Amino acid sequence: MRKITDERIYEPRVPPEEIFEASRLTGDATLEDLESIRRRTSVYVYEAPVRIWHWVNALCITILCITGYLIGAPLPSMDYSEATNQFVMGYIRFAHFGAGTVLSIGFLARIYWAFVGNRHAWQMFYIPIFNLRYYREFLFELRWYLFLEEEPKKYVGHNPLAHAAMFFFITLGITFMMITGWALYGEGAGQGSLPDTLFGWVLGIAQNSQRIHTLHHLGMWAIVIFAIIHIYAAVREDVMSRQSMVSTMISGFRTFKDDRIE
Amino acid sequence: MSTVETFYDVMRRQGITRRSFMKYCSLTAAALGLGPSFVPKIAHAMETKPRTPVIWVHGLECTCCSESFIRSAHPLAKDVVLSMISLDYDDTLMAAAGHAAEAALEDTIEKYKGNYILAVEGNPPLNEDGMFCIIGGKPFVEQLRHAAEHAKAIISWGACASYGCVQAAAPNPTQATPVHKVITDKPIIKVPGCPPIAEVMTGVITYMLTFDRMPELDRQGRPAMFYSQRIHDKCYRRPHFDAGQFVEHWDDDAARKGYCLYKMGCKGPTTYNACSTVRWNDGVSFPIQSGHGCIGCSEDGFWDQHGFYQRVTGIKQFGIEATADQIGLATTAVVGGSVAIHAAASALKRAQKKTEEA
Repeated sequence: MRKITDERIYEPRVPPEEIFEASRLTGDATLEDLESIRRRTSVYVYEAPVRIWHWVNALCITILCITGYLIGAPLPSMDYSEATNQFVMGYIRFAHFGAGTVLSIGFLARIYWAFVGNRHAWQMFYIPIFNLRYYREFLFELRWYLFLEEEPKKYVGHNPLAHAAMFFFITLGITFMMITGWALYGEGAGQGSLPDTLFGWVLGIAQNSQRIHTLHHLGMWAIVIFAIIHIYAAVREDVMSRQSMVSTMISGFRTFKDDRIE
Repeated sequence: MSTVETFYDVMRRQGITRRSFMKYCSLTAAALGLGPSFVPKIAHAMETKPRTPVIWVHGLECTCCSESFIRSAHPLAKDVVLSMISLDYDDTLMAAAGHAAEAALEDTIEKYKGNYILAVEGNPPLNEDGMFCIIGGKPFVEQLRHAAEHAKAIISWGACASYGCVQAAAPNPTQATPVHKVITDKPIIKVPGCPPIAEVMTGVITYMLTFDRMPELDRQGRPAMFYSQRIHDKCYRRPHFDAGQFVEHWDDDAARKGYCLYKMGCKGPTTYNACSTVRWNDGVSFPIQSGHGCIGCSEDGFWDQHGFYQRVTGIKQFGIEATADQIGLATTAVVGGSVAIHAAASALKRAQKKTEEA
């Protein structure tokens, strides 16, 4: 175990075991543990609406990917009943459209929250392209992922790399999927229906709806790839970075593992 | 050349009774999806309006549109050609040939400036100054521009004129170009299909002559009355799609039972046409009814959407033809593999650091 000898650390006049008396009640807290409690700090980053949106979104995306894939490549033909009593494809499509509707409403609510929520709620919707520091930090974070940096930095919101991934895959990616998805839904809903009125112009651009199907399908794979990277990076950062990751999206608090400055 | 005579005059001259004429008007109203109140309007229009001259030109095409047109049952093509329109120039249907035919074209343009309808079958190739399609000794694109200059409206017959069809499929060596990209200053109605359904063709003409205006068009410039719904929306096999009952092989039991052809690459879900309602050959059948999926012939670039027998179609831009699923799976595998390697490296690095610190 590393001994606490850093002179930068504030030395309390009262011994730590007395300050954190309550923490000793279970009897398993070592002196180092108590010192660690004193040095850790946390920031409330993700407010409840953001967290709820995240998990609802995750559920919707999972349903959408599975059902969407099955719409493109249906299950083996099923013949357990007369067609009139059987609705396999119908239920799959219903789940897809239902999840798509929830995702869309959720996304609109999330945009609303970007305006009324805290500063971090806004981060996903823009990239500070005119901020030179962003690029510098972006390169630093890239170097951290390439094992070229010994120690990562502390970030309260998204790190610059995650910030870019969020913006391109979620903000732009989900928007693309919603627009193409609703355009495709509008085809079935019929001309003059609300989805057709709002998003039918996509068909006018693509000319052939088959092209939108293909793009919508590719979009799904982009989100699958994002999900892989997202989950991996969240777990890895939780283990290797200087702050909490996974629990932050549950409690909203970003806790830091040390109080060293950069 | 036709003088100013009405449809009614011509029909009566051909021995059609007033009673048959009124029946014809009712049938036309029904074919156009109009209520009974429109029957007297149609009758009135046909009694008073002069026949509209039509010039029908042919570019790069296979004449399947003409072949389809002459098989129209409601109304009969002969009624359209002989009674309703004054088909003043159509080099495949007219009796005249050579210089006489070209003279007829010039006459019609001169006489009815701004009042004739130009029907275009096929499209002009633009490469090499249009030398890949010569009509009367001149590139077709010149005839098209000349005839379009004074036309009231243009009908783009078939996938060729509407979208380019097979001659415009990649790599399109002759640079075959759909009409609306060559003529940009005239109202154009696209009647796509390879060929379009006969009744759709005559229906569009009847509508334009009867009401003296363009039919309501959709976003892509197609008559909404025939192209506003997908084959899939009105397919009689749709219940099998919703049930999840699919043909998996051409000779399986599902094929014999007439299940959904979705998995066999049917393009019904992405194709806007009236096949599943109007059907072909006087309503006898249409491709899906005959056991073959729709190939999407009335859609833009249908030759370039990979196979006719695949549901998830190919993407040419990736050099080799691969489907969205193939590309997606390959990329996911690469990313997944990279993540695994990165995770292993991270774990090693962390272990190494711990060893150093210990």
